[in-house]
Amino acid sequence: MIARTLAQIGRPVLAVLAAFGRVALFAADTIRHLLTPPFYGREFAIALLQIGWFSLPVVGLTAFFTGGALALQIYSGGARFSAEAVVPQIVAIGMARELGPVLGGLMVAARVASSIAAEIGTMKVTEQIDALVTLSTHPMKYLTVPRVLAATLAVPILVAVGDSIGIGGGWLVGVTKLGFNSATYIQNTNDFLEVWDVGSGLVKGAVFGFIVALMGCYFGMNSGRGAQGVGAATKAAVVAASVMILAANYVLTGLFFTS
Amino acid sequence: MITLSGVHKSFGPNRVLRGVDLTIPKGQSMVIIGGSGTGKSVLLKCVLGLVAPDAGTISLEGQDVTRGDRDAFLARFGMLFQGGALFDSLRVWENVAFRLLRGAKAMPKDEARAVAIEKLRRVGLKPAVADLFPGELSGGMQKRVGLARAIAANPEVIFFDEPTTGLDPIMSGVINALIREIVVEMGSTAMAITHDMSSVRAIADQVAMLHDGVIRWTGPVAEMDAASDPYLQQFIHGRATGPIEGVR
Ligand SMILES: Nc1ncnc2c1ncn2[C@@H]1O[C@H](COP(=O)(O)OP(=O)(O)OP(=O)(O)O)[C@@H](O)[C@H]1O
Ligand SMILES: [Mg+2]
Repeated sequence: MIARTLAQIGRPVLAVLAAFGRVALFAADTIRHLLTPPFYGREFAIALLQIGWFSLPVVGLTAFFTGGALALQIYSGGARFSAEAVVPQIVAIGMARELGPVLGGLMVAARVASSIAAEIGTMKVTEQIDALVTLSTHPMKYLTVPRVLAATLAVPILVAVGDSIGIGGGWLVGVTKLGFNSATYIQNTNDFLEVWDVGSGLVKGAVFGFIVALMGCYFGMNSGRGAQGVGAATKAAVVAASVMILAANYVLTGLFFTS
Repeated sequence: MITLSGVHKSFGPNRVLRGVDLTIPKGQSMVIIGGSGTGKSVLLKCVLGLVAPDAGTISLEGQDVTRGDRDAFLARFGMLFQGGALFDSLRVWENVAFRLLRGAKAMPKDEARAVAIEKLRRVGLKPAVADLFPGELSGGMQKRVGLARAIAANPEVIFFDEPTTGLDPIMSGVINALIREIVVEMGSTAMAITHDMSSVRAIADQVAMLHDGVIRWTGPVAEMDAASDPYLQQFIHGRATGPIEGVR
């Protein structure tokens, strides 16, 4: 009885641990291939465009509305203890440290992890990955490395843009709806924000970008057969990337801001 | 020369290859025949290392294919996949010239493109096809692009997985002649899978029949018709009744 219960608990735990092990090995493999030639520059440029440039609208819009909503919330919440004036500061710190990177990362996870997993998964089921191998091209080097590197470099930039747009959204709401003076709002934001507030968000962005592309590639490469396999891989990539982003965010926040 | 000995491969409970022994002499073409689902494609993939055999050894010119430099090994091969396996994000000519554009001996783009267009011509495709994407081609055209890609770098060993399925009779004839030409003129070693008996006669120096996970019969194509093996006879004459069951 107890043995059976333990076994029932143990089995999924072991499965999860094994999955983590495989992902860790995949990550190590990616880094090893990143550091050894050849490097496929054209694939990298395409990935940068796909992951960075084409994610700008969705990340920008998300940040804009989040900044605006944040300003409204802080204003109404702050009013309870006559602290309405802190809107610029809290919007700035909230966007830069948390919401910019996390929401940006999640939006990129939805957009990019899914498309990478579907693309690579389809290549797998249509034997294109096998074909790459027979053409003396390593799939890790040709497919995974460019995407992971591009996401790791592009997501911090997306986060920086998102931070600015989010703070801009807060400013717009503050000035047009909450009666703040524009110059004072900007002045307060500038005076309050420290370099590390923004820098920590960018580091988070890099980690999230790495996670997103890695999950897309991992689940794509390990896709099952047929359309169903690709569908399952896509879903798993988005879910895994999102959960790992939130978990990594907690760990990084702990590392950066508690001492 | 390619030598397979005692090659086994199972997928879960499905025991596909159960001890395949086969020798393909250098500069000759070996055609593998056998029922659908008997493991012909898996056999080719085992030689290329795309599928790892559970047991047995495979060697090329006496050297075990699992040892030594993979890149150098694969550089000697060309492979036409059953489904074409074209890269759908690349144009047709970039697919054909894939190997020529990359690696240590990469050619300039113009030169690679010219080679690609010449190879496309050899598989009966017009130069205008070169700038299309694979998704814009018919199934048979995709197959021929796959063939052009397999022969683009003039490999020493070429594998063809059903080169003529999905082609019209005239185009099949063209492709059969091309494969024959590659073996005779370039001295390449070829291994082809086909279900089409006229292709077998046009391409093969040697024939091997895979059945129940082992090589049931192998010999020169000239001896195929006179062979007494009932399985082989049923297969080459396409009889519905015989030792091979209809349901597999
Ligand atoms: N990756 C795989 N995973 C699981 N089973 C597989 C895999 N590849 C092939 N098989 C199984 O191996 C068997 C042989 O497949 P294979 O593709 O080699 O057949 P084939 O002889 O080429 O048939 P056809 O003439 O129809 O192409 C089939 O039963 C197939 O289901
Ligand atoms: Mg097959």
